[in-house]
Amino acid sequence: MSVMGLEVHAQLLTNSKIFCSCSAASGLDANTNTCPVCMGMPGVLPVLNRKVVDLGIKLGLALNCTIENRNVFARKNYFYPDLPKGYQITQYENPLCSNGHLDIEVNGSKKRIGIRRIHMEEDAGKSIHDEKEPLSYIDFNRACVPLLEIVTEPDISTTQEAVAYLKELRQILMYLGICDGSMEEGSLRCDANISVMKKDAGLLGTRTELKNLNSFKNVQRALDYETERQIRLIESGREVEQETLLWNTSLGKTFSMRSKEESHDYRYFPEPDLIPVIVNDEWVGRMKDTIPELPAARRQRFMELYGLPAYDADQLTQTQALADYFERCVDLLNSPKEISNWIMTEVMRVLNEKGIDIKDLLVTPAMLTGLVDLLKKGTVSGLMAKEIFTKMADTGKRAPDIIKELGLEQVSDEDALKGLIKEIIEANPKESSQYRAGKTQLLGFFVGEVMKASKGKANPKVAGNIVKEFLKP
Amino acid sequence: MKITESEVLHVARLARLKLEPELLLRFQRELSSILDYMDLLKEVDTTGVEPTFHAHALTNALREDSVLPSQSRHDALSNAPRLHDDTFVVPKVIE
Amino acid sequence: MLDTARIYRKNDMSPERHVEKLLSRIRQDPLNSFVTVDEDGALRQAVFSGKAIEWGDEDLMQGIPVAVKDNICTKGIRTTCSSDILKGFVPTYDAHVIERLKARGAVILGKTNMDEFAMGSTTNTSNIGPTRNPWDKTKTPGGSSGGSAAAVAAGLCEVALGSDTGGSVRQPASFCGITGLKPTYGTVSRYGLVAFASSLDQIGPMGRNARDVAILYDAIKGYDKRDSTCVPKKYAATSLDGIDMKGLRIGLPDIFFSEGLARDVERSVRFAVSVFRELGAVIVPVDLPRIRYGVAVYYIIAPAEASSNLARYDGVRYGTRHGDDKDLFEMYCETRAKGFNSEVKRRIMLGTYALSAGYYDAYYRKASQVRTLIVEDFRKAFESCDIIAGPTVPVTAFGLDEMLDDPLSIYLLDIYTIPANLTGIPALSIPCGFGDNGMPIGIQLMAPAFMDQLILGAGITFQDHTKFHEVKP
Repeated sequence: MSVMGLEVHAQLLTNSKIFCSCSAASGLDANTNTCPVCMGMPGVLPVLNRKVVDLGIKLGLALNCTIENRNVFARKNYFYPDLPKGYQITQYENPLCSNGHLDIEVNGSKKRIGIRRIHMEEDAGKSIHDEKEPLSYIDFNRACVPLLEIVTEPDISTTQEAVAYLKELRQILMYLGICDGSMEEGSLRCDANISVMKKDAGLLGTRTELKNLNSFKNVQRALDYETERQIRLIESGREVEQETLLWNTSLGKTFSMRSKEESHDYRYFPEPDLIPVIVNDEWVGRMKDTIPELPAARRQRFMELYGLPAYDADQLTQTQALADYFERCVDLLNSPKEISNWIMTEVMRVLNEKGIDIKDLLVTPAMLTGLVDLLKKGTVSGLMAKEIFTKMADTGKRAPDIIKELGLEQVSDEDALKGLIKEIIEANPKESSQYRAGKTQLLGFFVGEVMKASKGKANPKVAGNIVKEFLKP
Repeated sequence: MKITESEVLHVARLARLKLEPELLLRFQRELSSILDYMDLLKEVDTTGVEPTFHAHALTNALREDSVLPSQSRHDALSNAPRLHDDTFVVPKVIE
Repeated sequence: MLDTARIYRKNDMSPERHVEKLLSRIRQDPLNSFVTVDEDGALRQAVFSGKAIEWGDEDLMQGIPVAVKDNICTKGIRTTCSSDILKGFVPTYDAHVIERLKARGAVILGKTNMDEFAMGSTTNTSNIGPTRNPWDKTKTPGGSSGGSAAAVAAGLCEVALGSDTGGSVRQPASFCGITGLKPTYGTVSRYGLVAFASSLDQIGPMGRNARDVAILYDAIKGYDKRDSTCVPKKYAATSLDGIDMKGLRIGLPDIFFSEGLARDVERSVRFAVSVFRELGAVIVPVDLPRIRYGVAVYYIIAPAEASSNLARYDGVRYGTRHGDDKDLFEMYCETRAKGFNSEVKRRIMLGTYALSAGYYDAYYRKASQVRTLIVEDFRKAFESCDIIAGPTVPVTAFGLDEMLDDPLSIYLLDIYTIPANLTGIPALSIPCGFGDNGMPIGIQLMAPAFMDQLILGAGITFQDHTKFHEVKP
């Protein structure tokens, strides 16, 4: 079996960097978002961004941690071109949060993953290595961007658990507004520690560290591959070496990062340029008040309060914004299951097609519930409603206006339909007698004909009833 | 001597200092004698004594999360020993 | 300075003429006190100051020529720390103290010579060669602020800024017969001071008398939020009236007067003490039992912090680079080997060792614990006295070529000055006599933290009753 621990680095959604007042935004032109402090110029000094502590406390509370009262920073000393000062300011002893846990669910069974610590630190710049020349190009925009490092206990036993943990953690980070959760863009980074051991063995196997796991899929593939690799090694009588491995996505293998940097003596010592941060009960209390309903609790409530199945609850609570949207709809129209269906199908479809977030959707909860209401009343058919929804999403116009524009009122008036249906029955004598003889499944055929003839405007239910009446044997 | 030759080499490596053999030997000698002097501290009973890392017992120097204009790219690059477009160039790490 | 300010206003000499005179003296300076002279900038400010004074400006600092140690960043003016590794470095920002001086209309003449990266007590280790003592050109002016001290003593500027980590303002002040203050840690912002040992460094004012030093101190002191170790306090202006010595308790630690102290130095210092007694002070014995460990503590803590602070000099973003045609590791090693002198290298080695795995507890942590005990000793001593006095240095200025081979014996000269850095308390050195070889001697006055006013006042009063500070080389 495997013994795994995950180390996640989350880039924080603060306005400014952790130790200077440059913007914490990403995606800017190289070296346009720096100042003497984050570039490690001679004589500069760090000043801690209060918001970073706020967010760290929030995350710690959400993960059931103990919040450290007396926080100190430390220097982690090593040389690398993207590390401007030649040391990273991080927390070594007394991290901001410790001793927490996150509950996950895999295949119906719950498991508790221990959180060893959460601490604050600064990010380094970015190096881009030239393909041909033996050169690297350094951009310091990202230097000093705030990070929270979240380290689990080695409680994870399977790749599925690892992915479940990551997904849940990511969701919590997004719900708390701490991180945007993008693994592709690097705002959420994951490293793993993994060892294998025989089921009854007392000793833990040798651990390897895996880096460059930049998507859920790659986390899965890399952990599976590495588990396999270690098992094969042990079974063939060889030993697993303690090393750091890079996951290569295209080759689907791990490669040893054997370099001259092997002996990492970080020479940690307390950061003399920063004074301790006392986080008192009042501060913790203030942060506690800002914590919204967390994903797990929200999923639970959706199932209990709205009677939704787990799948729906899962889908609807993917993001806070989506869940809020759903609840707003239910406030306006008390048909949770129907609204859930609408959101999981039409709304999600439009969001994906347009590549937008729910906050940018032109269809407001009021507009959506209005449409669903019309559908329930029979004013429009199911097919019509879908078309109307798409138009609403494209134009932002309200349903009644679109209906008028396109003349889509469903015809439910019985008298109006009776005439049409009579014609259809007469035009299809063979089917009519077959139906009368007992082949009642032909009802669908007749309703289909009615829909065709009415260009989809007929209310199929009403039409069906009339057909049944007319064709009573 | 208090510090061995391999230790001196190891420390020089950690500190990214290339030392000529004569300098290496000299440092080994000098550092050993300095470290011998430091043995003086062994005389002091420090059980239960909290270390001092800052001159005053101050806490909570924090700043608000607001953005100030960053320096121009020109300034950022103005002292660069070697540039490529708008990035700093360094030799690659040879694996 | 008061005289100069008066002269400016009586129209006897304009700042421009005064500065021109000084610049011409500096051009012929046989002492090698300056690394860089900013003639254009200085004259420009002098002209402007002249106008300001014409229009009635009463600021004492207006138009006063100041020399700045070359480890304090000056925007647009080369700042080298007397090191090859920063030979061509031009900061794009001013240190906080420079911003203050500019706001007060001071004229910055240029950057003064120092021991490379402030590591030394002779200014011999500068990459542009040693500065000479104006009293005897074959002798050292002391260090590391030797250039500033020589410039003040030789009348090449009115006042100067130095930096003090283990005595680097006070010792050269003593060797050159001028007044120098190491302020209470945290009263002067370190933003823009190239860091040597962060928990010990302070920028210190130097001048020909205590009043000038007080005025300069007032100009640069005060809270700067860019320095997290700066104390958020508001300070009153220092009184230039001196103090009433009656009943002032001056403590004399026996340990300061033990073997190792040169006879002529002891004589002068005891004479100064008798002056204080005549003025009404009460002399009391005090005990500082752990001060004998001061040098050991300092020479672990300072190099340790320095080894980390100097990691940023890697040739990546600024400074001179070597070994560019090789790989990264080689580039680092050659850049730093060629760019740093052997004293700097030695201290980096010592500091790296003291922080390295297996040695952190025995060295850095242990030294920091003993530091606590030394703080305790002073706190206790100040219960029975207001000021602690003693010699600034055990000897007078020695030959430029003396003591080149034994670093440890040079380190031991810092024995009286180091405690004030370790404890953060203020310490002032004022001239109090001359040695058998005619070289100046200084007495050091120390007071509890934030009592800078007290020792400045005592210095002013002493100088109002003696003439040592008026003797020129």
